[in-house]
Amino acid sequence: MLKLLWLIPVLPLAGFLVLALCGGRLSRRQVAWVGCGSVGTAAVTTALVSVDFFQGFPDRAFYQQTLWNWIDTSGMTVGVSWYLDALSLLMVAVITGIGFLIHLYSVEYLSGDDGYSRFFAYMNLFVAAMLTLVLADNLLLLYLGWEGVGLCSYLLIGFWYREPEYGTAAQKAFIVTRIGDTAFAIGLFILFTQLHSLSIQQVQTLAAEAWPIGSTRAVIVAALLLIGAVGKSAQLPLQVWLPDAMAGPTPVSALIHAATMVTAGVYLIARMHQLVALAPLVQETVAVIGLLTLLLAACSALVQRDIKRVLAYSTMSQIGYMFLALGVGAWSAALFHFLTHSCFKALLFLAAGSVIHSLHHEQDIFRMGGLRRQLPVTFWTFLIGAAAMSGVPLITAGFYSKDWILWSVWSSPLSHHWIWFGALLGTLLTGLYSFRLVIRVFFGEAHTLASGEPGFAMRVPLVVLALFALTIGFLEVPHTLGHLSLFSPYLSHVLPTLEIRAGIDESSETLEQIAVTCSALLGIGLAAVLFLPRFNFIERCADMPAGHALATWWQNGWGFDRLYDRLIVRPWLHLTRDSGEILDHGSKLLVIGAESCHAWLSHTQTGHVRWYAATVAVGTLVLLGLFAL
Amino acid sequence: MLTTHALMLAILLFGLGLVGLLSRRNILYMLLSLEIMLNAASLAFIAGGARWGQVDGEVMFLFILTLAAAEVSVALGIVLQLSYRFHTLDADAFSEMKG
Amino acid sequence: MEVLFYIAAAVTFLATLRVITHVHPVHALLYLVVALIALALIFYLLGAQFAAALEIIIYGGAIMVLFIFVVMLLGPLAVEQEKSWLTPGTWVGPSVLALVLLGEVGYLIAAGDYLPISGMETRQKGVSIVLYGPYIIGVELASMLLLPGLIGAYHLGRRLSKEPRSC
Repeated sequence: MLKLLWLIPVLPLAGFLVLALCGGRLSRRQVAWVGCGSVGTAAVTTALVSVDFFQGFPDRAFYQQTLWNWIDTSGMTVGVSWYLDALSLLMVAVITGIGFLIHLYSVEYLSGDDGYSRFFAYMNLFVAAMLTLVLADNLLLLYLGWEGVGLCSYLLIGFWYREPEYGTAAQKAFIVTRIGDTAFAIGLFILFTQLHSLSIQQVQTLAAEAWPIGSTRAVIVAALLLIGAVGKSAQLPLQVWLPDAMAGPTPVSALIHAATMVTAGVYLIARMHQLVALAPLVQETVAVIGLLTLLLAACSALVQRDIKRVLAYSTMSQIGYMFLALGVGAWSAALFHFLTHSCFKALLFLAAGSVIHSLHHEQDIFRMGGLRRQLPVTFWTFLIGAAAMSGVPLITAGFYSKDWILWSVWSSPLSHHWIWFGALLGTLLTGLYSFRLVIRVFFGEAHTLASGEPGFAMRVPLVVLALFALTIGFLEVPHTLGHLSLFSPYLSHVLPTLEIRAGIDESSETLEQIAVTCSALLGIGLAAVLFLPRFNFIERCADMPAGHALATWWQNGWGFDRLYDRLIVRPWLHLTRDSGEILDHGSKLLVIGAESCHAWLSHTQTGHVRWYAATVAVGTLVLLGLFAL
Repeated sequence: MLTTHALMLAILLFGLGLVGLLSRRNILYMLLSLEIMLNAASLAFIAGGARWGQVDGEVMFLFILTLAAAEVSVALGIVLQLSYRFHTLDADAFSEMKG
Repeated sequence: MEVLFYIAAAVTFLATLRVITHVHPVHALLYLVVALIALALIFYLLGAQFAAALEIIIYGGAIMVLFIFVVMLLGPLAVEQEKSWLTPGTWVGPSVLALVLLGEVGYLIAAGDYLPISGMETRQKGVSIVLYGPYIIGVELASMLLLPGLIGAYHLGRRLSKEPRSC
């Protein structure tokens, strides 16, 4: 069954090809079957492959399958080959499993849209590219997938291309991630010129042999890869594209901008962990970037009006947690948070989509309210998602992953206590903004009338994801609470486990957990106090000039957009507009020269075949004469 | 000796073909002249092959033959097209491409 | 032997001269056929028997037939000249040249055991071996050339049939 591995990326690709080539001729029903079916069969194949994989698991830690040689020149052999180990299997399972649920959801969500087959074609292409990314055995194939998901992200953000600002958002996402991609590509060039290999495993072994810890080359390469990861995962300072990317349809936001693509940066760093470990400076930067992003994004999430923008900022914040965990060396904890996050964030987006759907594309949370009774299924699933995101203890998955990260931050030798306090503040803010959303949307008095609960195809993914969001955390229960650990031994075959810093007592874990729990619950309680309509404390705050200014500042994402606009975009436009004149003179000379040459030469273009033949003959004669001389 | 004279004949034939190509206005004759030039080239190859006792000359002749077959079939198709479009075979009348 | 070569060369030269100077396409084609057959004889004398055979079959046969077909298809353009094409005097020139060639070939057959260059069989074998050995790329390219030739000729001919003839 392991031999079926190649089918996993090929099936969605085949779905894409079918939909792209003859999507116009298929009925909506057939399009839905092809679009969902390809990802669904990929998920089934993943299940079959993983059964086989687990049978020989600890002894055979990875499985490699080479399909053909992609590039084969002297000194460089790049194969189209898949590499399946614990890490990539986890990613593949999430991509195909959650991808299938989101495809199923889209069948109903987009049922009235004109671009039905186009949507599924792009989504299938995205899944294929993402699977290529995570299954790639070498960095070049990984980069192919990396660019592929970037392309699909662009196409899907601008899916409703008739709205000009959606197109602008798509271009913004594409251009900003391009900065990271360029850095990533340069990193690949350096790696190849230095180590003459692009195979992920080989290159890291070679790097560990050739470069001592902290050497300049290791730092440069790791930093370039980090910039790539930061661009893709919407971390500081390349985070500006993600809130605008919410222009796409909601299933796109759930699949690409929450569950899978934006976590590609996390995957990249985890995949290249040996290389990153060679550059402690870079690893510290990862932690700091993660911490800063999670705090800034959480503050911005607090004041947004658009339901999807709140979720976008929360995604940035949660990925910040993953980066923080990577930065302190808690690789498995980061991946565990990736797993739980992709469940509860996909759930939140889909539930938000259900709200938007039933309110006829209303996204402003101040015009919602009181939807608890009108949309019970959506309410309960959204509540579960929000609880998981804020880390309500014991019953939600988010608690287990976030607690693991915070404990790692507390106990890691690479960390500092102030980082832990920052992360703790983050949990408080998470609770605050998650339940602000719940209260604004589902409690209070109704502002808009909902058109009723969504249908079967949208409810099934919601319920399944809600179940996951509750239960998936039990894969790794800390030993203070019963010690069930399945996840960390599983990943320990790929990623190193975290050493506990000397001087940290294991018994302090209980205290630490209580602190995390209290902080999260405090955040939820504060949200209830601040945002429930009967205490309109927050409105009074926002009416004050200082409060108003702060809210506007946060709402615009700490003014990063304006900063980049002033620093980069405007000077550049200025440069092209004014001083462009001088540059134009040079090119005008070129034009005049070309025109006069053309006028002169066009006389020889008589249109008579015999004239051409004669010139060829004369030219040959002259050349022969020169040769004879 | 024989091969040297054969080469001279090839040059003569090539010259005749070139003269025909440049002097005749009828496009059919131009094609015939092209055939003559191709034949002159293959004669040169075969003479060279015979001079050095190598078979490559004949291989080249085979390639020239293939080329001529493809060229003639397409060129004659074009001649027919032109004759129906312009009602003449005058090569100088087809000057649509004048720059 | 050498005399044969010079006679054949003279025939080729004269026939080719007539090709490019003649005003009637059919006459020119006849002269060209004679020139090609004379050239085939020269090939034979130079030791390239296979090439000589191909020259007659493909050049003198297939390609020239194509030309004649086209001249026939161009009928309306040459209709005034049609009567003058049929005078017996036009056959004299090619016939004389062809007779000279016939005499040469007859002499060669009569000479019998006199082979111009020895080792013919191995030479022909060598051509095939070299063609499908080092020149295999050339063979592939030739096939790639012939296919567009076929498609191009078909395409041009098809457009022709759709074109109204009387316009």
